[in-house]
Amino acid sequence: MTILVVAEHDNQHLKAATRHVLAAAQAIGGEIHLLVAGQHCAAVAESARALSGVGCVLLAESDVLDSAGAECMADLVLSLARNYTHLLAAASASGKNWMPRVAALLDVAQVSDIVRVDAPDTFTRPIYAGSVWATVHSEDAIKVITVRATAFEAVAETGGSARLEKVDAAPDTGLSRRIHLALNDSSRPELESARVVVSGGRGLGSAERFSALLEPLADKLNAALGASRAAVDSGYVPNDYQVGQTGKIVAPDLYIAVGISGAIQHLAGMKASRVIVAINKDPDAPIFAVADYGLVGDLNQVVPALTSAL
Amino acid sequence: MKVLVPVKRVLDYNIKARPKADGSGVELSGLKMSMNPFDEIAMEAAIRFKEAGQASEIIAISCGTQACQETLRTALALGADRAILVETDEALQPLAVAKLLKVLVLREQPGLVICGKQAIDDDANQTGQMLAALLGWAQATFASRIELGSDRASVTREIDGGLETLSITLPAVITTDLRLNEPRYATLPNIMKAKKKPLETLTPADLGVDVTSRLTLLKVAEPPARQGGIKVNDVAELLDKLKNEAKVI
Repeated sequence: MTILVVAEHDNQHLKAATRHVLAAAQAIGGEIHLLVAGQHCAAVAESARALSGVGCVLLAESDVLDSAGAECMADLVLSLARNYTHLLAAASASGKNWMPRVAALLDVAQVSDIVRVDAPDTFTRPIYAGSVWATVHSEDAIKVITVRATAFEAVAETGGSARLEKVDAAPDTGLSRRIHLALNDSSRPELESARVVVSGGRGLGSAERFSALLEPLADKLNAALGASRAAVDSGYVPNDYQVGQTGKIVAPDLYIAVGISGAIQHLAGMKASRVIVAINKDPDAPIFAVADYGLVGDLNQVVPALTSAL
Repeated sequence: MKVLVPVKRVLDYNIKARPKADGSGVELSGLKMSMNPFDEIAMEAAIRFKEAGQASEIIAISCGTQACQETLRTALALGADRAILVETDEALQPLAVAKLLKVLVLREQPGLVICGKQAIDDDANQTGQMLAALLGWAQATFASRIELGSDRASVTREIDGGLETLSITLPAVITTDLRLNEPRYATLPNIMKAKKKPLETLTPADLGVDVTSRLTLLKVAEPPARQGGIKVNDVAELLDKLKNEAKVI
Protein backbone atom coordinates (compact mmCIF):
# COMPACT_ATOMS: atom_id res chain seq x y z
CA MET A 1 0.00 0.00 0.00
CA THR A 2 1.17 3.51 -0.76
CA ILE A 3 -0.69 6.44 0.72
CA LEU A 4 -0.75 10.04 -0.47
CA VAL A 5 -1.47 12.59 2.25
CA VAL A 6 -2.18 16.13 1.08
CA ALA A 7 -0.62 18.67 3.42
CA GLU A 8 -2.51 21.57 4.91
CA HIS A 9 -0.44 24.75 5.01
CA ASP A 10 -0.53 28.50 4.37
CA ASN A 11 2.54 28.60 2.06
CA GLN A 12 4.70 29.45 5.07
CA HIS A 13 3.91 26.92 7.75
CA LEU A 14 2.58 23.45 7.81
CA LYS A 15 -0.69 23.34 9.74
CA ALA A 16 -0.96 20.95 12.66
CA ALA A 17 -3.82 19.07 10.99
CA THR A 18 -1.28 17.56 8.57
CA ARG A 19 0.47 15.65 11.34
CA HIS A 20 -2.85 14.25 12.54
CA VAL A 21 -3.75 13.08 9.05
CA LEU A 22 -0.32 11.45 8.81
CA ALA A 23 -1.21 9.53 11.97
CA ALA A 24 -4.35 8.22 10.27
CA ALA A 25 -2.16 7.19 7.30
CA GLN A 26 0.15 5.32 9.68
CA ALA A 27 -2.84 3.52 11.14
CA ILE A 28 -3.67 2.31 7.62
CA GLY A 29 -0.05 1.25 7.11
CA GLY A 30 2.30 1.26 4.13
CA GLU A 31 4.54 3.86 2.52
CA ILE A 32 3.44 7.45 3.03
CA HIS A 33 4.00 10.33 0.63
CA LEU A 34 3.09 13.93 1.46
CA LEU A 35 2.01 16.42 -1.18
CA VAL A 36 2.76 20.08 -0.49
CA ALA A 37 0.93 22.10 -3.12
CA GLY A 38 0.85 25.87 -3.19
CA GLN A 39 2.64 29.03 -4.21
CA HIS A 40 6.23 29.67 -3.06
CA CYS A 41 5.90 26.89 -0.54
CA ALA A 42 9.27 25.15 -0.97
CA ALA A 43 10.18 25.97 2.65
CA VAL A 44 7.05 24.15 3.85
CA ALA A 45 8.04 21.09 1.82
CA GLU A 46 11.58 21.26 3.16
CA SER A 47 10.38 21.31 6.77
CA ALA A 48 7.92 18.50 6.04
CA ARG A 49 10.79 16.16 5.15
CA ALA A 50 11.51 15.81 8.85
CA LEU A 51 8.01 14.63 9.76
CA SER A 52 7.93 11.20 11.29
CA GLY A 53 6.89 8.43 8.94
CA VAL A 54 6.96 10.33 5.64
CA GLY A 55 8.95 8.58 2.90
CA CYS A 56 8.66 11.19 0.19
CA VAL A 57 7.56 14.81 0.01
CA LEU A 58 6.08 15.90 -3.31
CA LEU A 59 6.26 19.61 -4.01
CA ALA A 60 3.94 21.28 -6.53
CA GLU A 61 4.36 25.04 -6.88
CA SER A 62 2.25 27.28 -9.05
CA ASP A 63 0.56 30.67 -8.82
CA VAL A 64 -2.59 28.92 -9.90
CA LEU A 65 -2.62 26.72 -6.82
CA ASP A 66 -2.90 29.71 -4.57
CA SER A 67 -5.53 31.78 -6.29
CA ALA A 68 -7.52 29.20 -8.21
CA GLY A 69 -10.12 27.13 -6.50
CA ALA A 70 -10.85 23.51 -5.90
CA GLU A 71 -10.79 22.67 -9.61
CA CYS A 72 -7.00 22.99 -10.03
CA MET A 73 -6.21 21.35 -6.71
CA ALA A 74 -8.41 18.39 -7.59
CA ASP A 75 -6.76 18.08 -11.01
CA LEU A 76 -3.31 18.01 -9.40
CA VAL A 77 -4.24 15.30 -6.91
CA LEU A 78 -6.00 13.39 -9.66
CA SER A 79 -2.84 13.44 -11.78
CA LEU A 80 -0.98 11.66 -8.97
CA ALA A 81 -3.79 9.45 -7.71
CA ARG A 82 -3.15 6.34 -9.81
CA ASN A 83 0.13 5.71 -7.97
CA TYR A 84 -1.62 5.26 -4.66
CA THR A 85 -3.99 2.97 -2.80
CA HIS A 86 -5.23 5.70 -0.46
CA LEU A 87 -5.61 9.48 -0.78
CA LEU A 88 -5.98 11.34 2.51
CA ALA A 89 -6.64 14.97 3.40
CA ALA A 90 -7.90 16.74 6.50
CA ALA A 91 -11.66 17.21 6.68
CA SER A 92 -11.01 20.96 6.82
CA ALA A 93 -12.68 23.70 4.79
CA SER A 94 -10.00 23.03 2.18
CA GLY A 95 -10.01 19.22 2.06
CA LYS A 96 -13.81 19.11 2.09
CA ASN A 97 -13.82 21.49 -0.84
CA TRP A 98 -11.69 19.68 -3.41
CA MET A 99 -11.45 16.05 -2.30
CA PRO A 100 -14.94 15.02 -3.50
CA ARG A 101 -13.99 16.24 -7.00
CA VAL A 102 -11.04 13.84 -6.96
CA ALA A 103 -13.28 10.97 -5.85
CA ALA A 104 -15.89 11.68 -8.51
CA LEU A 105 -13.29 11.88 -11.28
CA LEU A 106 -11.77 8.58 -10.12
CA ASP A 107 -15.30 7.17 -9.96
CA VAL A 108 -14.88 6.10 -6.34
CA ALA A 109 -16.92 6.75 -3.21
CA GLN A 110 -15.32 9.14 -0.75
CA VAL A 111 -15.24 8.25 2.93
CA SER A 112 -15.65 11.59 4.71
CA ASP A 113 -14.40 12.66 8.10
CA ILE A 114 -13.08 9.36 9.49
CA VAL A 115 -12.40 9.10 13.22
CA ARG A 116 -11.04 5.54 13.26
CA VAL A 117 -9.18 3.19 10.95
CA ASP A 118 -10.62 -0.28 11.54
CA ALA A 119 -8.68 -1.89 8.68
CA PRO A 120 -7.02 -0.55 5.50
CA ASP A 121 -10.42 -0.79 3.78
CA THR A 122 -12.71 -0.21 6.76
CA PHE A 123 -13.27 3.08 8.53
CA THR A 124 -15.51 4.59 11.17
CA ARG A 125 -17.05 8.02 10.76
CA PRO A 126 -19.62 10.08 12.65
CA ILE A 127 -23.01 10.67 11.03
CA TYR A 128 -26.10 12.55 12.23
CA ALA A 129 -24.03 15.32 13.83
CA GLY A 130 -22.01 12.77 15.73
CA SER A 131 -25.02 11.12 17.39
CA VAL A 132 -24.13 7.87 15.66
CA TRP A 133 -20.91 6.35 14.36
CA ALA A 134 -21.01 4.32 11.16
CA THR A 135 -18.41 1.73 10.19
CA VAL A 136 -18.07 1.39 6.41
CA HIS A 137 -16.15 -0.92 4.13
CA SER A 138 -14.82 0.44 0.84
CA GLU A 139 -14.49 -1.80 -2.18
CA ASP A 140 -12.86 0.84 -4.35
CA ALA A 141 -9.31 0.29 -5.66
CA ILE A 142 -8.30 3.79 -4.53
CA LYS A 143 -9.69 4.85 -1.19
CA VAL A 144 -10.44 8.57 -1.05
CA ILE A 145 -10.67 9.72 2.54
CA THR A 146 -10.96 12.88 4.58
CA VAL A 147 -9.83 12.67 8.17
CA ARG A 148 -11.14 14.32 11.31
CA ALA A 149 -7.77 15.58 12.51
CA THR A 150 -8.64 15.73 16.19
CA ALA A 151 -9.48 12.03 16.29
CA PHE A 152 -5.86 11.03 15.65
CA GLU A 153 -2.81 11.76 17.79
CA ALA A 154 -0.31 13.82 15.73
CA VAL A 155 2.91 12.22 14.46
CA ALA A 156 6.20 13.69 15.66
CA GLU A 157 7.55 16.79 13.91
CA THR A 158 11.02 15.30 13.71
CA GLY A 159 12.68 11.97 13.10
CA GLY A 160 11.94 11.61 9.40
CA SER A 161 14.24 12.17 6.46
CA ALA A 162 11.99 12.05 3.43
CA ARG A 163 13.28 12.56 -0.09
CA LEU A 164 11.91 15.54 -1.98
CA GLU A 165 10.45 15.35 -5.48
CA LYS A 166 8.96 18.11 -7.58
CA VAL A 167 5.76 17.47 -9.46
CA ASP A 168 3.97 19.61 -12.02
CA ALA A 169 0.87 21.51 -11.03
CA ALA A 170 -2.17 21.07 -13.24
CA PRO A 171 -2.88 23.94 -15.66
CA ASP A 172 -5.40 26.61 -14.74
CA THR A 173 -8.91 25.51 -15.66
CA GLY A 174 -10.04 29.13 -15.87
CA LEU A 175 -13.23 28.13 -14.10
CA SER A 176 -12.67 30.02 -10.92
CA ARG A 177 -10.36 32.55 -9.33
CA ARG A 178 -10.13 34.26 -5.99
CA ILE A 179 -10.88 37.96 -6.16
CA HIS A 180 -10.84 38.78 -2.48
CA LEU A 181 -9.43 37.28 0.68
CA ALA A 182 -10.39 38.55 4.13
CA LEU A 183 -8.52 36.69 6.83
CA ASN A 184 -9.44 37.55 10.36
CA ASP A 185 -6.65 39.52 11.90
CA SER A 186 -5.88 37.46 14.91
CA SER A 187 -2.89 37.11 17.13
CA ARG A 188 -4.61 34.22 18.85
CA PRO A 189 -3.82 30.58 18.23
CA GLU A 190 -5.84 28.87 15.54
CA LEU A 191 -9.09 27.42 16.84
CA GLU A 192 -8.52 23.91 15.55
CA SER A 193 -4.99 23.53 16.88
CA ALA A 194 -5.07 25.61 20.08
CA ARG A 195 -4.19 23.95 23.38
CA VAL A 196 -6.88 25.93 25.17
CA VAL A 197 -10.21 27.10 23.74
CA VAL A 198 -12.58 29.56 25.41
CA SER A 199 -16.01 29.36 23.83
CA GLY A 200 -19.08 31.51 24.36
CA GLY A 201 -22.77 30.95 23.78
CA ARG A 202 -26.00 32.85 23.74
CA GLY A 203 -25.66 33.33 27.50
CA LEU A 204 -23.18 36.12 26.79
CA GLY A 205 -26.09 38.23 25.54
CA SER A 206 -24.29 40.56 23.14
CA ALA A 207 -21.21 40.99 20.97
CA GLU A 208 -19.89 43.58 23.42
CA ARG A 209 -20.16 41.30 26.41
CA PHE A 210 -18.72 38.40 24.42
CA SER A 211 -15.53 40.32 23.80
CA ALA A 212 -15.45 42.15 27.13
CA LEU A 213 -15.74 38.94 29.15
CA LEU A 214 -14.06 36.28 27.03
CA GLU A 215 -11.15 38.10 25.39
CA PRO A 216 -9.35 38.88 28.68
CA LEU A 217 -9.81 35.25 29.77
CA ALA A 218 -8.51 33.97 26.43
CA ASP A 219 -5.56 36.39 26.66
CA LYS A 220 -4.60 35.04 30.07
CA LEU A 221 -4.75 31.44 28.87
CA ASN A 222 -3.28 32.08 25.40
CA ALA A 223 -6.46 30.47 24.16
CA ALA A 224 -8.34 30.48 20.89
CA LEU A 225 -11.87 31.90 20.95
CA GLY A 226 -14.80 29.80 19.83
CA ALA A 227 -18.57 30.08 19.93
CA SER A 228 -21.76 28.09 19.74
CA ARG A 229 -23.98 28.30 16.69
CA ALA A 230 -26.46 30.31 18.76
CA ALA A 231 -23.81 32.95 19.46
CA VAL A 232 -22.82 33.09 15.80
CA ASP A 233 -26.43 33.30 14.66
CA SER A 234 -27.00 36.11 17.14
CA GLY A 235 -24.16 38.01 15.50
CA TYR A 236 -21.83 38.11 18.52
CA VAL A 237 -18.88 36.75 16.54
CA PRO A 238 -18.02 35.83 12.92
CA ASN A 239 -18.98 32.47 11.45
CA ASP A 240 -15.57 30.90 11.60
CA TYR A 241 -15.71 30.97 15.40
CA GLN A 242 -18.39 28.30 15.34
CA VAL A 243 -17.57 25.05 17.08
CA GLY A 244 -19.89 22.20 16.18
CA GLN A 245 -20.75 19.54 13.67
CA THR A 246 -21.34 22.11 10.95
CA GLY A 247 -18.50 24.35 12.13
CA LYS A 248 -15.09 23.52 13.52
CA ILE A 249 -14.28 20.28 15.31
CA VAL A 250 -11.87 20.93 18.16
CA ALA A 251 -10.17 18.76 20.76
CA PRO A 252 -7.94 20.99 22.92
CA ASP A 253 -6.42 20.04 26.27
CA LEU A 254 -8.81 22.48 27.93
CA TYR A 255 -12.19 23.66 26.60
CA ILE A 256 -14.03 26.30 28.61
CA ALA A 257 -17.69 26.64 27.61
CA VAL A 258 -19.23 29.87 28.87
CA GLY A 259 -22.97 30.44 28.62
CA ILE A 260 -23.35 27.47 26.26
CA SER A 261 -26.30 25.17 26.90
CA GLY A 262 -24.83 22.22 25.01
CA ALA A 263 -26.92 21.40 21.93
CA ILE A 264 -26.00 18.07 20.26
CA GLN A 265 -24.68 20.08 17.33
CA HIS A 266 -22.20 21.88 19.59
CA LEU A 267 -21.21 18.84 21.64
CA ALA A 268 -20.31 17.03 18.42
CA GLY A 269 -17.68 19.67 17.82
CA MET A 270 -15.95 19.67 21.21
CA LYS A 271 -16.63 16.58 23.24
CA ALA A 272 -13.31 15.00 22.29
CA SER A 273 -11.55 17.75 24.30
CA ARG A 274 -9.35 16.41 27.08
CA VAL A 275 -10.80 18.54 29.88
CA ILE A 276 -14.09 20.40 29.59
CA VAL A 277 -15.17 23.21 31.91
CA ALA A 278 -18.73 24.52 31.74
CA ILE A 279 -19.90 27.78 33.25
CA ASN A 280 -23.65 28.22 33.05
CA LYS A 281 -26.41 29.61 35.25
CA ASP A 282 -28.78 26.73 34.43
CA PRO A 283 -27.83 23.68 36.53
CA ASP A 284 -29.76 21.43 34.13
CA ALA A 285 -27.95 22.58 30.96
CA PRO A 286 -26.88 19.53 28.90
CA ILE A 287 -23.33 20.88 28.73
CA PHE A 288 -22.84 19.74 32.34
CA ALA A 289 -23.36 16.12 31.28
CA VAL A 290 -20.10 16.21 29.33
CA ALA A 291 -18.14 18.68 31.48
CA ASP A 292 -15.39 17.45 33.78
CA TYR A 293 -15.86 20.54 35.92
CA GLY A 294 -19.12 22.43 36.00
CA LEU A 295 -19.64 25.73 37.71
CA VAL A 296 -23.22 26.88 38.11
CA GLY A 297 -23.31 30.64 38.32
CA ASP A 298 -23.69 34.02 36.69
CA LEU A 299 -21.05 34.26 33.99
CA ASN A 300 -20.87 38.02 34.49
CA GLN A 301 -19.33 37.39 37.89
CA VAL A 302 -17.64 34.04 37.39
CA VAL A 303 -15.66 34.88 34.25
CA PRO A 304 -14.03 38.10 35.52
CA ALA A 305 -13.26 36.35 38.81
CA LEU A 306 -11.63 33.48 36.94
CA THR A 307 -9.68 35.87 34.72
CA SER A 308 -8.31 37.85 37.61
CA ALA A 309 -7.44 34.73 39.59
CA LEU A 310 -5.32 33.30 36.77
CA MET B 1 -31.58 31.21 -16.31
CA LYS B 2 -32.92 27.93 -15.02
CA VAL B 3 -31.87 27.01 -11.50
CA LEU B 4 -31.80 23.44 -10.36
CA VAL B 5 -32.09 22.69 -6.63
CA PRO B 6 -31.47 19.15 -5.37
CA VAL B 7 -33.28 18.50 -2.08
CA LYS B 8 -32.87 15.56 0.28
CA ARG B 9 -35.39 14.01 2.65
CA VAL B 10 -33.73 13.48 6.03
CA LEU B 11 -34.59 12.77 9.65
CA ASP B 12 -35.90 16.03 11.11
CA TYR B 13 -33.29 18.32 12.63
CA ASN B 14 -34.88 18.17 16.09
CA ILE B 15 -34.82 14.40 16.43
CA LYS B 16 -31.79 12.68 17.92
CA ALA B 17 -30.69 9.81 15.72
CA ARG B 18 -30.30 6.40 17.35
CA PRO B 19 -28.90 3.15 16.01
CA LYS B 20 -31.34 0.30 15.39
CA ALA B 21 -31.10 -2.43 18.00
CA ASP B 22 -29.23 -4.73 15.60
CA GLY B 23 -26.81 -1.99 14.53
CA SER B 24 -27.80 -2.36 10.87
CA GLY B 25 -28.70 1.28 10.42
CA VAL B 26 -30.28 4.32 12.02
CA GLU B 27 -33.83 4.03 13.35
CA LEU B 28 -36.11 6.03 11.06
CA SER B 29 -39.47 4.26 11.24
CA GLY B 30 -42.30 6.40 12.50
CA LEU B 31 -40.06 9.44 12.90
CA LYS B 32 -40.63 12.86 11.37
CA MET B 33 -38.74 13.46 8.12
CA SER B 34 -38.02 16.91 6.68
CA MET B 35 -36.12 18.67 3.95
CA ASN B 36 -32.39 18.85 4.72
CA PRO B 37 -31.95 22.32 6.33
CA PHE B 38 -29.02 23.26 4.09
CA ASP B 39 -31.22 22.45 1.06
CA GLU B 40 -33.93 24.76 2.43
CA ILE B 41 -31.31 27.50 2.32
CA ALA B 42 -30.53 26.54 -1.28
CA MET B 43 -34.25 26.68 -2.14
CA GLU B 44 -34.53 30.10 -0.53
CA ALA B 45 -31.54 31.39 -2.50
CA ALA B 46 -33.09 30.15 -5.74
CA ILE B 47 -36.45 31.75 -4.90
CA ARG B 48 -34.76 35.06 -4.20
CA PHE B 49 -32.99 34.90 -7.57
CA LYS B 50 -36.34 34.34 -9.21
CA GLU B 51 -37.96 37.18 -7.27
CA ALA B 52 -35.10 39.44 -8.39
CA GLY B 53 -35.70 38.45 -12.01
CA GLN B 54 -32.38 36.60 -12.25
CA ALA B 55 -33.82 33.09 -12.40
CA SER B 56 -36.51 32.09 -14.87
CA GLU B 57 -37.47 28.68 -13.53
CA ILE B 58 -36.68 26.65 -10.42
CA ILE B 59 -36.59 22.88 -10.70
CA ALA B 60 -36.44 20.87 -7.49
CA ILE B 61 -35.00 17.35 -7.70
CA SER B 62 -34.96 14.60 -5.13
CA CYS B 63 -33.45 11.13 -5.41
CA GLY B 64 -34.78 8.38 -3.16
CA THR B 65 -37.92 6.53 -2.21
CA GLN B 66 -41.45 7.45 -3.18
CA ALA B 67 -41.75 9.34 0.11
CA CYS B 68 -39.41 12.00 -1.28
CA GLN B 69 -42.50 13.29 -3.11
CA GLU B 70 -43.39 14.97 0.18
CA THR B 71 -40.08 16.83 0.23
CA LEU B 72 -40.61 17.87 -3.38
CA ARG B 73 -44.12 19.12 -2.56
CA THR B 74 -42.53 21.23 0.16
CA ALA B 75 -40.08 22.61 -2.40
CA LEU B 76 -42.98 23.38 -4.75
CA ALA B 77 -44.85 25.10 -1.94
CA LEU B 78 -41.79 27.20 -1.17
CA GLY B 79 -41.52 28.36 -4.78
CA ALA B 80 -40.13 25.71 -7.12
CA ASP B 81 -41.94 25.66 -10.48
CA ARG B 82 -41.71 21.94 -11.06
CA ALA B 83 -40.15 18.88 -9.51
CA ILE B 84 -38.43 15.69 -10.56
CA LEU B 85 -38.26 12.57 -8.41
CA VAL B 86 -35.68 9.94 -9.26
CA GLU B 87 -37.33 7.07 -7.49
CA THR B 88 -35.41 4.12 -6.08
CA ASP B 89 -35.42 2.02 -2.93
CA GLU B 90 -31.62 1.65 -3.08
CA ALA B 91 -29.74 3.51 -0.35
CA LEU B 92 -28.09 6.21 -2.43
CA GLN B 93 -24.58 7.47 -1.79
CA PRO B 94 -23.31 10.90 -2.88
CA LEU B 95 -21.51 9.61 -5.98
CA ALA B 96 -24.69 7.91 -7.24
CA VAL B 97 -26.74 11.04 -6.59
CA ALA B 98 -24.15 13.19 -8.39
CA LYS B 99 -24.36 10.87 -11.41
CA LEU B 100 -28.17 11.05 -11.45
CA LEU B 101 -28.05 14.82 -11.16
CA LYS B 102 -25.50 15.05 -13.96
CA VAL B 103 -27.88 13.36 -16.39
CA LEU B 104 -30.69 15.68 -15.35
CA VAL B 105 -28.44 18.72 -15.69
CA LEU B 106 -27.56 17.67 -19.24
CA ARG B 107 -31.26 17.34 -19.99
CA GLU B 108 -32.42 20.55 -18.30
CA GLN B 109 -29.38 22.77 -19.06
CA PRO B 110 -29.62 24.99 -15.97
CA GLY B 111 -27.32 27.98 -15.55
CA LEU B 112 -26.88 27.17 -11.89
CA VAL B 113 -27.23 24.23 -9.53
CA ILE B 114 -27.53 25.25 -5.92
CA CYS B 115 -27.62 22.71 -3.10
CA GLY B 116 -26.90 22.34 0.59
CA LYS B 117 -23.25 21.91 1.57
CA GLN B 118 -24.07 18.66 3.32
CA ALA B 119 -27.02 16.56 4.38
CA ILE B 120 -27.54 16.32 8.11
CA ASP B 121 -27.97 12.55 8.00
CA ASP B 122 -24.79 11.21 6.40
CA ASP B 123 -22.81 14.47 6.84
CA ALA B 124 -20.83 13.53 3.72
CA ASN B 125 -20.38 17.00 2.20
CA GLN B 126 -19.69 15.57 -1.27
CA THR B 127 -22.60 15.71 -3.69
CA GLY B 128 -22.25 19.29 -4.96
CA GLN B 129 -18.50 19.01 -5.49
CA MET B 130 -18.89 15.63 -7.21
CA LEU B 131 -21.57 16.96 -9.53
CA ALA B 132 -19.39 19.94 -10.47
CA ALA B 133 -16.45 17.63 -11.19
CA LEU B 134 -18.52 15.23 -13.32
CA LEU B 135 -19.80 18.18 -15.36
CA GLY B 136 -16.40 19.87 -15.57
CA TRP B 137 -17.99 22.94 -13.99
CA ALA B 138 -16.76 25.50 -11.52
CA GLN B 139 -17.86 25.12 -7.93
CA ALA B 140 -18.22 27.42 -4.96
CA THR B 141 -18.85 25.58 -1.72
CA PHE B 142 -19.97 26.89 1.69
CA ALA B 143 -21.42 30.07 0.21
CA SER B 144 -22.44 32.86 2.55
CA ARG B 145 -23.13 35.42 -0.21
CA ILE B 146 -23.87 35.04 -3.92
CA GLU B 147 -23.98 37.73 -6.61
CA LEU B 148 -25.17 36.40 -9.95
CA GLY B 149 -23.98 37.96 -13.18
CA SER B 150 -24.87 36.81 -16.67
CA ASP B 151 -21.86 34.60 -17.28
CA ARG B 152 -20.06 34.74 -13.93
CA ALA B 153 -21.02 34.66 -10.29
CA SER B 154 -19.16 36.09 -7.38
CA VAL B 155 -19.45 33.95 -4.28
CA THR B 156 -18.18 34.70 -0.80
CA ARG B 157 -17.37 31.51 1.02
CA GLU B 158 -16.31 30.53 4.47
CA ILE B 159 -12.77 29.21 4.77
CA ASP B 160 -10.56 28.51 7.76
CA GLY B 161 -9.64 31.82 9.32
CA GLY B 162 -11.89 34.07 7.29
CA LEU B 163 -13.76 34.59 4.06
CA GLU B 164 -12.76 34.45 0.43
CA THR B 165 -14.63 35.67 -2.61
CA LEU B 166 -14.43 33.66 -5.79
CA SER B 167 -15.38 34.72 -9.26
CA ILE B 168 -16.61 31.59 -11.03
CA THR B 169 -17.78 30.93 -14.55
CA LEU B 170 -21.38 29.92 -15.10
CA PRO B 171 -22.87 27.37 -15.29
CA ALA B 172 -21.66 26.29 -11.86
CA VAL B 173 -22.53 24.40 -8.72
CA ILE B 174 -22.87 26.41 -5.53
CA THR B 175 -23.31 24.82 -2.10
CA THR B 176 -24.87 26.76 0.73
CA ASP B 177 -23.69 27.44 4.24
CA LEU B 178 -25.93 28.39 7.16
CA ARG B 179 -25.45 32.12 6.90
CA LEU B 180 -26.51 32.57 3.29
CA ASN B 181 -30.10 33.40 4.19
CA GLU B 182 -32.99 32.60 6.46
CA PRO B 183 -35.45 30.32 4.65
CA ARG B 184 -39.12 31.23 4.55
CA TYR B 185 -41.99 28.99 5.56
CA ALA B 186 -44.48 27.71 3.03
CA THR B 187 -47.86 29.46 3.34
CA LEU B 188 -51.11 27.51 3.30
CA PRO B 189 -52.29 28.90 -0.08
CA ASN B 190 -48.90 27.98 -1.57
CA ILE B 191 -49.09 24.48 -0.09
CA MET B 192 -52.48 24.09 -1.83
CA LYS B 193 -51.12 25.47 -5.10
CA ALA B 194 -48.11 23.15 -4.90
CA LYS B 195 -50.39 20.15 -5.25
CA LYS B 196 -51.15 21.19 -8.81
CA LYS B 197 -47.57 21.85 -9.89
CA PRO B 198 -45.91 19.22 -12.12
CA LEU B 199 -43.94 16.43 -10.50
CA GLU B 200 -42.21 14.04 -12.88
CA THR B 201 -41.08 10.62 -11.69
CA LEU B 202 -38.12 8.81 -13.26
CA THR B 203 -35.96 5.89 -12.22
CA PRO B 204 -32.14 5.53 -12.22
CA ALA B 205 -32.60 3.06 -15.10
CA ASP B 206 -34.47 5.72 -17.11
CA LEU B 207 -31.40 7.92 -16.67
CA GLY B 208 -28.97 5.08 -17.45
CA VAL B 209 -27.20 5.37 -14.10
CA ASP B 210 -25.93 2.46 -12.01
CA VAL B 211 -26.56 3.44 -8.39
CA THR B 212 -25.05 0.36 -6.74
CA SER B 213 -23.34 1.27 -3.46
CA ARG B 214 -19.55 1.24 -3.39
CA LEU B 215 -19.42 1.49 0.37
CA THR B 216 -20.90 -1.22 2.52
CA LEU B 217 -22.30 -0.14 5.84
CA LEU B 218 -21.04 -2.72 8.34
CA LYS B 219 -22.66 -1.32 11.45
CA VAL B 220 -23.81 1.79 13.24
CA ALA B 221 -23.32 2.32 16.95
CA GLU B 222 -23.52 4.95 19.65
CA PRO B 223 -20.25 6.90 19.87
CA PRO B 224 -18.10 6.33 22.95
CA ALA B 225 -19.87 8.13 25.79
CA ARG B 226 -18.14 10.85 27.69
CA GLN B 227 -18.57 10.62 31.44
CA GLY B 228 -19.77 13.78 33.10
CA GLY B 229 -17.58 15.05 35.91
CA ILE B 230 -18.30 17.04 39.01
CA LYS B 231 -19.73 20.43 39.90
CA VAL B 232 -17.41 22.80 41.64
CA ASN B 233 -18.65 25.45 44.03
CA ASP B 234 -16.59 28.45 43.08
CA VAL B 235 -13.76 29.84 41.00
CA ALA B 236 -11.15 28.94 43.59
CA GLU B 237 -12.17 25.29 43.57
CA LEU B 238 -12.26 25.28 39.76
CA LEU B 239 -8.73 26.66 39.56
CA ASP B 240 -7.51 24.17 42.12
CA LYS B 241 -8.94 21.28 40.10
CA LEU B 242 -7.53 22.56 36.81
CA LYS B 243 -4.08 23.05 38.33
CA ASN B 244 -3.74 20.08 40.61
CA GLU B 245 -6.11 17.41 39.34
CA ALA B 246 -6.39 17.91 35.56
CA LYS B 247 -3.02 19.69 35.35
CA VAL B 248 -4.06 21.70 32.30
CA ILE B 249 -3.09 25.19 33.51
